[in-house]
Amino acid sequence: MENFSIDQLLYLVATAFFIVGIKRLSKVKTARSGNLLAAVGMALAIAVTLITPGAGIQLDWKVVAVGAIMGTLIGGVMAKKVEMTGMPEMVALFNGFGGLASTMVALSEFWGRNFVVGPSDNVILGNEVWVIAIILSVLVGTVTFTGSLVAMGKLSGKISGNPVILPGRHFIVAALLIGGAAMGVMAGFMQESYDPTAMILGLTACAAVFGVVSVLPIGGADMPVVVSLLNSYSGIAASMAGFVIGNPLLIVAGALVGAAGMILTIIMCKAMNRSLGNVLVGGFGGDTPSGGNSGGADEYTSYKQASPEEAAMILETAESVIIVPGYGMAVAQAQHVVKELAEELEKNGADVRYAIHPVAGRMPGHMNVLLAEADVPYEQLLELERINNDFKTTDVCVIVGANDVVNPSAIEDPQSPIAGMPILNAHESGTSLMIKRSLSAGYAGIKNPLFERENNYMCFGDGKAFLQSVLDELKEV
Amino acid sequence: MIFLLMLFVFVLAIFAGNELISKVPPTLHTPLMSGANAISGITIVGALMCAQFGNGGGVSESAATILGVCAITFAMINVVGGFMVTDRMLSMFGSKKKKK
Repeated sequence: MENFSIDQLLYLVATAFFIVGIKRLSKVKTARSGNLLAAVGMALAIAVTLITPGAGIQLDWKVVAVGAIMGTLIGGVMAKKVEMTGMPEMVALFNGFGGLASTMVALSEFWGRNFVVGPSDNVILGNEVWVIAIILSVLVGTVTFTGSLVAMGKLSGKISGNPVILPGRHFIVAALLIGGAAMGVMAGFMQESYDPTAMILGLTACAAVFGVVSVLPIGGADMPVVVSLLNSYSGIAASMAGFVIGNPLLIVAGALVGAAGMILTIIMCKAMNRSLGNVLVGGFGGDTPSGGNSGGADEYTSYKQASPEEAAMILETAESVIIVPGYGMAVAQAQHVVKELAEELEKNGADVRYAIHPVAGRMPGHMNVLLAEADVPYEQLLELERINNDFKTTDVCVIVGANDVVNPSAIEDPQSPIAGMPILNAHESGTSLMIKRSLSAGYAGIKNPLFERENNYMCFGDGKAFLQSVLDELKEV
Repeated sequence: MIFLLMLFVFVLAIFAGNELISKVPPTLHTPLMSGANAISGITIVGALMCAQFGNGGGVSESAATILGVCAITFAMINVVGGFMVTDRMLSMFGSKKKKK
């Protein structure tokens, strides 16, 4: 660090690649090149590290080769194999791995400096900073890891999406944090009195439990926000690992991701009209209704039902149609049928558009990705603000596997848990067709008065199968 | 002094990150999250440096070595998988752009 060195300069170039990459990722036209630029920056950073790892550092090539080959193969295969519907889980998992890696870097440094190359040898930033950076990167990295795993479990349905409220959890969380930090301090600064290995592992364990306990009480509907927040954490963990090894590239890249992830998280919270604090406290929403304010099937007394034939008849005469996709479309893999139906309706002379709610699906932009996969023209996808006034003048609104995002109680019932959340005004359209498997509640776990509206028809069935029969009917005519 | 410089760099990078993505269309939120996540795999550089401790051959060295291998593997999954998944998502936007 003291003298001018070419490797540090190349790290600076890599940093510039990351910044330009993120910038370009934020525009549709340049996004792909932005991702590519960031990847080039990463390749450059890895190459520089391999060629000049730093003064007096001798890399063990077997370790490098084994790790790099395994990681590349596993990551590559997972990225190729994953279904578009499984994308949110995959992002959560990759994110968790990043956090875990940062934890391991800190642990390995701690271990190596304490037992292999000598206590304060080669520590660039001074012992106190080094220890604190290690404690923070173990803490944040491990929380990212276990939190992401729980989030992944909730997204994929392996763990119940219901909020799990432990008694006295605020106390537990505080105790874990304080206890973990105390053990970290003992590991770093009181090595004569305490076994540093046991203490640092104790810190890791506390952080691991902390991650699980913090995500469990949060309902499945809020998982996108959690994944986004954890993405921010993994950046912070990488940044802290940068302080551990005294590398400005890690510090900058990690901080960029930490800040960008935080902004994205706040944007997502705003879309649901809730504060980040409100999301993190948890207890909101779940897979199945619970408590007095729930939306079980027996709560609905009068609703109209439509068969595929009836739905086809309604659609046949429609001149304007808006399709509202939701997570149900992703689960049923119905995006291709939706596209075919839209084409058929257009042949009929109807104007077809898609209304995308900012939190439809399990991640922001989830629906866009799925519909893009089915080759739906980009111009037909309209965001909430741009299409919401058009429902009034639309003949038919087809709701495919969405529920909470079209729940009118958000604007009509100030007592509703989702009061104030922006919704798509599907209830204002001439007729709405709600394609859904049952009358069960959505992720927010509340009743949807739209079901009982005069102009709404419930179309029970699997999204894909139902739309396919509607499509067949339309083609016959 | 070096610590202070790095703290400067850290704080400035946070401000830069804030400015960078304040305006993003919702369409790009998932790819952006995924791409940013791949960048946080930069911890791979730290992981590679962990591979320096394995040269001795003793018990502590093997512990550090195992940690090093695991750190490199997980960071590499994050990097390779992250960039590839992001590219897959974005390629879909690209293909229908051409058709326009």
